[in-house]
Amino acid sequence: MSGWTKHSGQAVALPFHNIDTDQLIPSRFMSTPRSEGYGRFLLHDLRRDESGSEHPHFPLNRHKDTSIVVAGRNFGSGSSREAAVYALVDAGIRAVFAPSFGDIFSGNAVNNGLLPALIQDADFELLLRALGDASRPAHVCLDARHISIDGTTIGFQIDPGRRTKLINGWDDIDLTMQHAAAIGQHKRRLDSHAPWVRPVTERTGS
Amino acid sequence: MTAPRALLDRLWSAHEIVLREDGSSLLWVDRHLVHEGSHHAFAKLAARKASVAEPELTFAVVDHYAPTRERDKGLAPQIAYMIDTLRKNAANHGLKLFDLRDPGQGIVHVVGPEQGLTLPGLLINCGDSHTSTHGAFGALAFGIGATEVAHVLATQTIWQKKPAAMRISIDGELGPGVSAKDIALNWIARLGADGAQGHAIEYAGSAVRSLSMEGRMTLCNLSIEGGARFGMIAPDETTFAYVKGRAHAPRGLAWEAALNDWSELASDEDAEFDRDIHLDGSEIAPTVTWGTSPEHAIPVTSTIPDPETLANGKAQAVRDALDYMGLPAGHPIQGTPVDQVFIGSCTNGRIEDLRHAAAVLSGRRAKVSGLVSPGSALVKTQAEQEGLDRIFIDAGLEWAASGCSMCVGMNGDLVEPGKRCASSTNRNFRGRQGPGALTHLMSPAMVAAAAVTGTITDVRPLLKGRAI
Repeated sequence: MSGWTKHSGQAVALPFHNIDTDQLIPSRFMSTPRSEGYGRFLLHDLRRDESGSEHPHFPLNRHKDTSIVVAGRNFGSGSSREAAVYALVDAGIRAVFAPSFGDIFSGNAVNNGLLPALIQDADFELLLRALGDASRPAHVCLDARHISIDGTTIGFQIDPGRRTKLINGWDDIDLTMQHAAAIGQHKRRLDSHAPWVRPVTERTGS
Repeated sequence: MTAPRALLDRLWSAHEIVLREDGSSLLWVDRHLVHEGSHHAFAKLAARKASVAEPELTFAVVDHYAPTRERDKGLAPQIAYMIDTLRKNAANHGLKLFDLRDPGQGIVHVVGPEQGLTLPGLLINCGDSHTSTHGAFGALAFGIGATEVAHVLATQTIWQKKPAAMRISIDGELGPGVSAKDIALNWIARLGADGAQGHAIEYAGSAVRSLSMEGRMTLCNLSIEGGARFGMIAPDETTFAYVKGRAHAPRGLAWEAALNDWSELASDEDAEFDRDIHLDGSEIAPTVTWGTSPEHAIPVTSTIPDPETLANGKAQAVRDALDYMGLPAGHPIQGTPVDQVFIGSCTNGRIEDLRHAAAVLSGRRAKVSGLVSPGSALVKTQAEQEGLDRIFIDAGLEWAASGCSMCVGMNGDLVEPGKRCASSTNRNFRGRQGPGALTHLMSPAMVAAAAVTGTITDVRPLLKGRAI
């Protein structure tokens, strides 16, 4: 995964609260291998009718080149499915701005280079007014932690550790392996001090 | 003198290997549970040519795609593919698999506790948001995404920032027909579906102490529906009695050592919490959801909200939810006709849940169709030994095998578009039980009441003269 610090793209508003991960990607699509791409599943049942035709009024259907989304509170709540992030990323989305996010979703987003940017309620309203139902050019800066849309600039919050990870595109497994000695030490201490922690198995059971 | 510590502090420090400058901790994972949906993580592991660091601490369960009906017949290709992929991954990495025919098969959050894999004091991860369930034992248990699952597989550790501590105390006695499900829906309605984000919840108070392990698991399970990744309850005699003698639980001297360690797993009396919430259990009524988020919950005796009486910010969301649910604003929720019912899931698929539903259904006929899927094969066997299956079948409901089933619909157990389902599950999200499905969350006893009357109904009059 490559890191990033600045992104310029088209922003649209999805002015709904509680866009959960079941809506971001309905569960019936989740057995698809990632290599086939998940972009077409993004918000599938909100974007399409029963026959599969796109609703012409839905923001992401009107603005296909969207890479920045402004959404209501509790974005990405619910199921831990990382497929919700795959759907966003594969559809070209780089950043989501919302007043609150599901905790598991935020972590998944950062692990895939997608920015979950936390904004104040008042700034959410401000961005909604700035965007209306149009698509507007926007500029996101991770260093300065702000977004500019049509001359309106607002700040956002992100955990500093997560910001560093986004900027560097770090892989956690590589980072963790640097602590292999400490991990081994913890494991040995556990085995000697808390013998009950290891599960009884057919092999160990008496 | 050391500072007073909360249960969260004790569990956290016992698992912390590294504390990074940015505040992230590297934590040791005692149990890792995987399921068919973990295929992305195994693919990531394969791409790195890595192996599972601790196969003996990793357990695989077939649940999300498990067929609940005609299991012996040919499976749909997509379902067979998902289950076979898990089998191959488990075999390749030497993991114990609770396969479809295993007597211990079931939903991962039912299987872990009943197999004695879930113990007080452990850190438990699973690529499923309802992993908070296991916190009912005084464990640090939380759901993770696929990248994190791959990380745990490869390293048996996880990076996590310590959440803020929150305590929800429920005192007072719950009324008849009121259960852990009703407690959960109440606090979620009060604080909001994002109300506990960034927090680990410890449930305390006399009403929580009075709950069985099944009830405690329901309460902790639903923590995520209020935004909390962690829910936990300090272990006590109820916990120890549940764990003792289970297949993978410690025995002999190890059991004595465990009891000794577990006795310290509590919050100090003067421990400070970032947020402290109190509920009076005696004021909680049987509760149902009316909308498309678990925060859309009201007492069954109440009326559906009217957007005209709400502030602008909230009105549109209520309008959208009512529009999807096809419900009239301002009317009583009671009497709303349902098309079908579902009893099961990691929230309410345990033996006590089935007993509660059976207490209502005994000697009565359901007016609508319905599916009962026990949370595990062991729960199914026990229910059959108690004759509960006959009560469900005699009432006209379908008695099926175990799995996530109609809670998430991945195995094909779906609610059809536009159909209204009274459901003992955890999410009333749009389309959760199938595209266009209309879900009302409630306790198993309330689902049984909806089955008997064909409408959303207060279960309490139906329980008169019956033990629950």
